[in-house]
Amino acid sequence: MPVEVIMPQLGESIVEGTVTKWLKQVDEPVREFEPLVEINTDKVDTEVPSPANGTILARFVEEGQTVKAGTVLALIGEPGEPRPEPGDGGMRQAVAEPSPAEPQAMPQRPVSARKREDLGFISPVVAKMAAEHGLDLSQVPGTGQAGRITKKDVLAFLESRPTAAPPAPWEEPGLGELFRPSEELAGGASKPAAAPGTILPLDVVRRSIADHMVRSKHTSAHVTTVMEADLSRVIAHRQAHQESFQRDGVSLTFTAYFVAAAVTALKQVPLVNASWSDQGIVLHRQVNVGVAVSLGDKGLIVPVIREADQLSLLALARSINDLAERARSRKLRPEEVQGGTFTITNHGTSGSLLATPIINQPQSAILGVGVLQKRVVVVEGKGSAGESVDSIAIRPMIYLTLTLDHRILDGAIGDQFLGLVVQRLQQWS
Amino acid sequence: MGVRQDLQVELSQETLLEMYWYMVLSRRLDERAWVLHRQGKVAFHISAIGHEAAQVGATFALRRGQDWLVPYYRDLAMLLALGLTPLEFMLGLMGKQGEPSSGARQMPSHWSLRRANVVSHSSPVATQSCHASGIGLGIKMRGDQAVVLTTIGEGATSQGEWYEAVNWAAVHRLPVIFMVENNSYAISVRKELQMAVAQVADKAAGLGLPGITVDGLDPLLVHAVMSEAVARARAGDGPTVVETTVHRMTPHSSDDDDRSYRPRQEVEAMKAQDPVAGFRDRLLMLGALNHQAEEQIQARAKQEVDQAVALAVQAPYPGPEQGGFPVYAEDIRHG
Amino acid sequence: MADITLIEGLRQAMDEELERDERVFIVGEDVGARGGVFRATMGLFEKYGAERVIDSPLAELSIVGVGIGAALYGMHPICEVQFADFIYPAFNQIVSEAAKMCYRSAGEWTVPLVIRAPYGGGIGGGLYHSQSVEAFFAHVPGLKVVIPSTPYDAKGLLKSAVRDPNPVVFLEPKKGYRLIRGEVPEGEELLVPLGSARISREGRDLSLFAYGMMHHYALQAAEQVALEGIQVEVIDLRTLLPVDEQTVLASVRKTGKALIVHEDTLTGGYGAEIAAILAEHAFTDLDGPVMRLAGPDVPAVPYSHPLQDWFMPDAERISQAIRKLAAF
Repeated sequence: MPVEVIMPQLGESIVEGTVTKWLKQVDEPVREFEPLVEINTDKVDTEVPSPANGTILARFVEEGQTVKAGTVLALIGEPGEPRPEPGDGGMRQAVAEPSPAEPQAMPQRPVSARKREDLGFISPVVAKMAAEHGLDLSQVPGTGQAGRITKKDVLAFLESRPTAAPPAPWEEPGLGELFRPSEELAGGASKPAAAPGTILPLDVVRRSIADHMVRSKHTSAHVTTVMEADLSRVIAHRQAHQESFQRDGVSLTFTAYFVAAAVTALKQVPLVNASWSDQGIVLHRQVNVGVAVSLGDKGLIVPVIREADQLSLLALARSINDLAERARSRKLRPEEVQGGTFTITNHGTSGSLLATPIINQPQSAILGVGVLQKRVVVVEGKGSAGESVDSIAIRPMIYLTLTLDHRILDGAIGDQFLGLVVQRLQQWS
Repeated sequence: MGVRQDLQVELSQETLLEMYWYMVLSRRLDERAWVLHRQGKVAFHISAIGHEAAQVGATFALRRGQDWLVPYYRDLAMLLALGLTPLEFMLGLMGKQGEPSSGARQMPSHWSLRRANVVSHSSPVATQSCHASGIGLGIKMRGDQAVVLTTIGEGATSQGEWYEAVNWAAVHRLPVIFMVENNSYAISVRKELQMAVAQVADKAAGLGLPGITVDGLDPLLVHAVMSEAVARARAGDGPTVVETTVHRMTPHSSDDDDRSYRPRQEVEAMKAQDPVAGFRDRLLMLGALNHQAEEQIQARAKQEVDQAVALAVQAPYPGPEQGGFPVYAEDIRHG
Repeated sequence: MADITLIEGLRQAMDEELERDERVFIVGEDVGARGGVFRATMGLFEKYGAERVIDSPLAELSIVGVGIGAALYGMHPICEVQFADFIYPAFNQIVSEAAKMCYRSAGEWTVPLVIRAPYGGGIGGGLYHSQSVEAFFAHVPGLKVVIPSTPYDAKGLLKSAVRDPNPVVFLEPKKGYRLIRGEVPEGEELLVPLGSARISREGRDLSLFAYGMMHHYALQAAEQVALEGIQVEVIDLRTLLPVDEQTVLASVRKTGKALIVHEDTLTGGYGAEIAAILAEHAFTDLDGPVMRLAGPDVPAVPYSHPLQDWFMPDAERISQAIRKLAAF
């Protein structure tokens, strides 16, 4: 039975090590305690002595490769002893003792690291699942014919993985303070552990939103600029036309105006209707405006009004009615939530004055609309003699925020765009 | 029975002129189709030239609109007599959208006209005969008063399909008239190589139903014989085989060259017995037609043909997506 | 509920449809006074008369051809071909005429027709009383091809076929006529839709597609291998054209492995179509090769018992095929 050479755990806080140099080749004889391999960790460089007499039967880790403590690095045995098949390795228990503070959820489980060509036939579904889950198939033991990794093997492997492994204590930064007053320590130590709270399982929508938002933040250089707009003329127009729209079966919401104003501005500042690519900034020919719809505690969804620049206010309003209704009743078709080139999110409907929305990738900007609020504003006017006279007025105002991707748009362009939106709204006729 | 040669003319002048009109219209359309083919403007045409008298005479013995026709590809004159318009024929010839037989899915002259109870037929010959018997069975089961006329060339009566169809109709006394347009040629194969009997009608006796041979160049004779067969069928007395001897004055189709299998003198001799010209002379002699009326008929026919061609040439082809349906009844698009 | 045989299910279907609609009639050899050589139409001649249960001449071509004509006139004929082995003379009428009528007339003419024929071997029928013919017809757009395996489906599918406005080739597994019994509801209209497959046994490890008698053997095999820890999902296809692709694909997406069983000879058999569908649309879900278990590529089922047994797939062979695929 061959003897395993394990990556040692060289300190309480050491979790992994790097093989820097093999001192013995495969098929070379080695004596117990003879140096076998040089390894490097955060804290130390050291040699690993051989645990037995014999011949190197196999080496599993390349020079320069970093593996977790407990990983099998090599096998030592009698010359001619059959080498283990990649398939019949299976999971082996860790040699290192886990420290008491280590949470139970993360067992040390070294797996024989196989070379790619040892994996055997990879069936289409296994390949697909590996890609989907970002699996290193060499970590998955195979129980199929000739040690093939079967779909069941992949499923079993996925189930055995901790899904959201909590970090080990040393992976979270400490306070960095030495010698705190003893009273604090004592007081801290005697506090009872916080009662555990409730866990809400993550559904697909939640995961998807989380994923998208975080990735967006990592992708774009988010900058937000703010302007305000006086909606008097919009309100007047809406009041005048609401009834006739209603007769056409269309509810004329403010959103239709925001979309129309955004479209006007998008046509004039095409850089805001664009996407980043390594080949260059892609200026989209179509103006497809997404309107974020809240689904309450089920998250949010962004149906897209295609070619919004071709639509009249009535058509926009109708489209918004339809998409929002079907968004809430889950009747949107996949193509209706794709292909957007710009997004509007109306956080004002939930009372927010002002917010800094996250860009809907791969777009270059997102327009946030705040709550409609009557505010006191200064109105500039002219006196009878032509002199400038300021007065106070009460106006229905909203804050408009534009979050832009600074890779594509500089502040000035963003402000130009936002200014055009404001202008369109304030001069509505 | 046998060969009928006696004749009773009991048709009105109006009817005689109507018959003549359809024969002329058929001939003029037919001739134009040949011209269009030789000009490279249509891909395929199969002709009724020489068959017009038999076809029109037979059709006029039916209650048009009530009785059923299960035709074969040579029956242009019959279709016209049942209401197919020259434009509809030309649309079919050119494979244009809106042609009523098939929406341009079938080759030209593969007739179907539901509004006139004309059933769609295919290219494998004689399959239509069984359909005619089946329709006859349906009529009998429903107790309706209609009869079924089905046509075929003499060559196709060699098919098992024909025998089985006639046998069925005879066994069950179905209201079907099996008309055979015997022009002596199945493409290039003469009837002597096609059957051992002298006349197709002679096969009927072997199947237990009456068979009559009549001169297909005389529309009134055909009309008389067909009327008797129709009356028999409508009275519930069963089917009849009516064989009309005609001339195929053209090659089998636009793709055929008949010089390799029949001498020119034979074709020339047929011209001397042209049934359309023959009927014209007959009507002139009977006083049912005068030269002025004849000129008007010819002029009207030419005008209708010209108009049909002009409109059909302008008409659009069907969109390619039309090829995809209707495979099943569920796919039928209405309107 | 009544416990009846498969052939009784067919008989009941025809009885009910003739009762319900006077346009429906039956035509075929020996269907009248004899009640059919398998007694599929027993009692119907006495009940509906010679006008509606017609003993035809010995001529399959015209059984179907005349049926087509009647259908064109608005009747709903059920044409019986005595054995599927004798359907070939009618092939011209079925394929050139019935299948193409609707398409070639742009929908002006339709053929609401059922062509019924007993098919399949294992009954000592030799080469000309045992054939499977479904592959020929499943290839023809414009036709529907249906094969029931249970009394419930025999009755429900035949009733639906009679009401379908298209020509339906309805093939009946004759070995199962009296061998297969099952429950059928009484006193209610039983209609099983065409174009839908049925999952007769759920499983996670392997999808097993079958129809006709093979479906029963498939279930037996599935029970056997379940004892060995292999969970097979068995699907009765029921309609071969149009086939229920959705159910087929959903099953293989779940299991990753597919085995198709039919008694028809292997090459060009219907299983090849299912295999092609899976290869094209479920490629990235496959965890093993798509396998077929079928009759051997000899011209037809031989007569003598040992030869017949050599030909016919059975539960044991299906079990072996399952084990082999499951182990891949």
